[in-house]
Amino acid sequence: MNLDKEVAVQDIELTRRGLLRALGGGFLVMLAVPDVLGLTSVQRGTPLPQNIGAWIHVGTDGTVTVLTGKVEVGQNARTSLTQAAAEELHMMPEKVKVIMGDTDLVPFDMGTFGSRTTPTMVPQIRKAAAATRESLLELAAKKWNVPKSSLKAENGVIRGGAHSASYSEIAKGHSIDKLIESKIALTPNSEWKTLGKSLPKVGARDIVTGKHAYTIDISLPGMLHAKVLRPPSYGAKMVSVDTSNAKAMPGVQIVQDGDFIAVVAPRVRDAEQALAALKVEWKEDPGIHFKDLFDTLRGKESLARPAIPVGSKSINSTYTAQFIAHVPLEPRAAVAEWNGSKMTVHTGTQRPFGVRSEVAKALGLEEKQVRVIVPDTGSGYGGKHSGEAAVEAARIAKAINKPVKLVWTRVEEFTFAYFRPAGVNEMVGAALPSGQLTVWSHDNFNSGNPGIESPYSISNQHAVSHESASPLRQGSYRCLGATFNNFARECHMDELAHLCGIEPLEFRLKNLPADSRLAHVLKVVADKFGWAKLKPESGKGYGIACGTDKGGFVATAVEVALNEVTKDIRVVRAVTAFDCGKILNPDHLKNQVDGAVLMGMGGALFEAIEFDKGKILNAHLSRYRVPRYSDLPNMETILVDRPSIPSAGAGEAPILAIAPAIGNAIFNANGLRLRSMPMKL
Amino acid sequence: MSVTLEVNGVKHTVDASPEASLLEILRNDLGMTGTKFGCGESMCGACTVLQDGYSIHSCITTLADVGTDPITTIEGLEKDGKLHPLQKALLDEGAMQCGYCSTGMIMAAISLLKRHPEPTDEQIIQGMSGNICRCGTYPRLIAAIKKAAVEMRSKK
Repeated sequence: MNLDKEVAVQDIELTRRGLLRALGGGFLVMLAVPDVLGLTSVQRGTPLPQNIGAWIHVGTDGTVTVLTGKVEVGQNARTSLTQAAAEELHMMPEKVKVIMGDTDLVPFDMGTFGSRTTPTMVPQIRKAAAATRESLLELAAKKWNVPKSSLKAENGVIRGGAHSASYSEIAKGHSIDKLIESKIALTPNSEWKTLGKSLPKVGARDIVTGKHAYTIDISLPGMLHAKVLRPPSYGAKMVSVDTSNAKAMPGVQIVQDGDFIAVVAPRVRDAEQALAALKVEWKEDPGIHFKDLFDTLRGKESLARPAIPVGSKSINSTYTAQFIAHVPLEPRAAVAEWNGSKMTVHTGTQRPFGVRSEVAKALGLEEKQVRVIVPDTGSGYGGKHSGEAAVEAARIAKAINKPVKLVWTRVEEFTFAYFRPAGVNEMVGAALPSGQLTVWSHDNFNSGNPGIESPYSISNQHAVSHESASPLRQGSYRCLGATFNNFARECHMDELAHLCGIEPLEFRLKNLPADSRLAHVLKVVADKFGWAKLKPESGKGYGIACGTDKGGFVATAVEVALNEVTKDIRVVRAVTAFDCGKILNPDHLKNQVDGAVLMGMGGALFEAIEFDKGKILNAHLSRYRVPRYSDLPNMETILVDRPSIPSAGAGEAPILAIAPAIGNAIFNANGLRLRSMPMKL
Repeated sequence: MSVTLEVNGVKHTVDASPEASLLEILRNDLGMTGTKFGCGESMCGACTVLQDGYSIHSCITTLADVGTDPITTIEGLEKDGKLHPLQKALLDEGAMQCGYCSTGMIMAAISLLKRHPEPTDEQIIQGMSGNICRCGTYPRLIAAIKKAAVEMRSKK
């Protein structure tokens, strides 16, 4: 903890100087946010440093720049943060520039994950922006020798009586920075002009013209292209390597450091040929076949089963979920440049400062010798927390002292990134004939405890996650373990509802407080879906499910059509209601909800990593199916706005309800209870 | 070995074998990075460009396959600062999240609308089946394609 604080203090001073160099003189506002952080339960890793937040720079050239350690990976944080700043600065959003994820310029940030940007960074930026506006008003009042209360800040201009000057003019000559307290009044949402509106995606024009440079598009003068030698399977050890053929190719250089071998050439095709020309002998490490995955994860541990009270009906079930891949369309990539004392790495990651540490450690450099710059990235979904490509490119660039680009192939991305954990969920549920839950027991193996606590009212609840030795590298994912835990819970609730002879929606509502947000989204979805008026139809089924995580509440109802001949499960219709508090940007929120629901269909119906003896058997998009146009159901999304509740993030929780809704709909259609993700007829 | 190809109306001569992939030539030799690499096996459509007006996946297309056919990439769409109706429609419909698939989607949709100027939903789904949006913005992409179709027909 102390170490973090020291790092943060060092960062601030260095960064402050670098920033003023980079942006020119001007007015820099730094936000102290102890109380904001005090309210936040930071659940993973080390705590955030205590004395930093968002920074805002008012330049002398008319630009206002917001600096944040968050990154843009398609969740439209750049847009919502622009809105947050513009709102409190009293400026048009087009006049606000946001610099994200450049470790030399922005305040330290743990990373963009856990749906934290909206609940933590939006308020921080709003406070910094409000403080900036107030500071400019104070400066103007002093300059014109008038009371501050006689002045107004609107559209980037301060006016009062006969006086008028732009923010830049006011800031001119004040090369000061200011550390402020976070206790500053924010604009009430009833008066919002920019927040709460559907501002279009910032930077979208450069995307549709192809001008936006993702990491893979960055080119530096004299840059070479690299390929890294990969083992044929996990844990394989190199016995011998002969690089002579590759080395003899014109323009090819070899970088070798123990088992790390890379080839470098002026053109990608030459690097690919050089890689193919390496002669390597490996000793492989046998691993399990994926058919044995769940036995391996479950292990032999015997669990104490809960006592079932007299008069309750109970049911035990085991659910499973396969490993799945994030498949970000932009694979891992990095462009690294070493100038003799500093390593600059452009890479797409959700943790720029974490990757800076990884690079510094791998190269034996001090953190301040490493700069990580994250361009707006071709998605992440929790899959880009790490900096593999950045570390590799940096090692190579330093070894050959030339700028290097490394772009992972799709096979590399499928094989050497990390997966959403596979898991086993053992469930015991019991309820009275009235439908009141009496026992709930949930033992998870390997995929973790996010979302394992039941949101239903149960006095006798047991929910525990057990660790297993995972045969594959695993890590974060959209909602991480909560998706599978919720799948098991919501399907098991359905099982119990049928056991008690109670309609599944009614069964859920009986066990939720009537005024709860989860009950509300369930009711909203049921109403929109026409749940009460459904009539059985051959080959069709209807299912409903709900879930909550990270401050978001979701319910989804689906209609499925089953083809018993082709074994096709088709989601015909999906209606989702989502509540994450006050809505900051309705259109982008809807986009996230729809996207999460569609992504959730992949894990529900077809995504699974197949492996044997440490090899991924389906490391290709031709063998790993993700949702496509043809999978698109008729989708409806209802956004529940809660003006009095602070906004929570929305990139994750909407994924929770689709898989169990599909499972419950399949049961409704043909009486088959599918307990394995992905579900197959 | 030098090979000549025509991209966006301009002839380029590159030092490459006829077996070189069009995607690599576009991105690395010609610096046209609007066309993306996604999978390298014609399964995602991020690399879609037009060959003689119809969509192809440039990652599995060789220079020999292209021959003298004109190639159009995303860089060739904007005219005098004016966006192509499909580019504009994606903006209007907010049909993107990370945007990595957008340029390939636009090129595939141009080809689709050439074959079906008034496409049904089924024709869109069929015609766009080679393109993946991992963020799941398909509903918006379909809306954008329909919108652009209307605009393109009205201009004829």
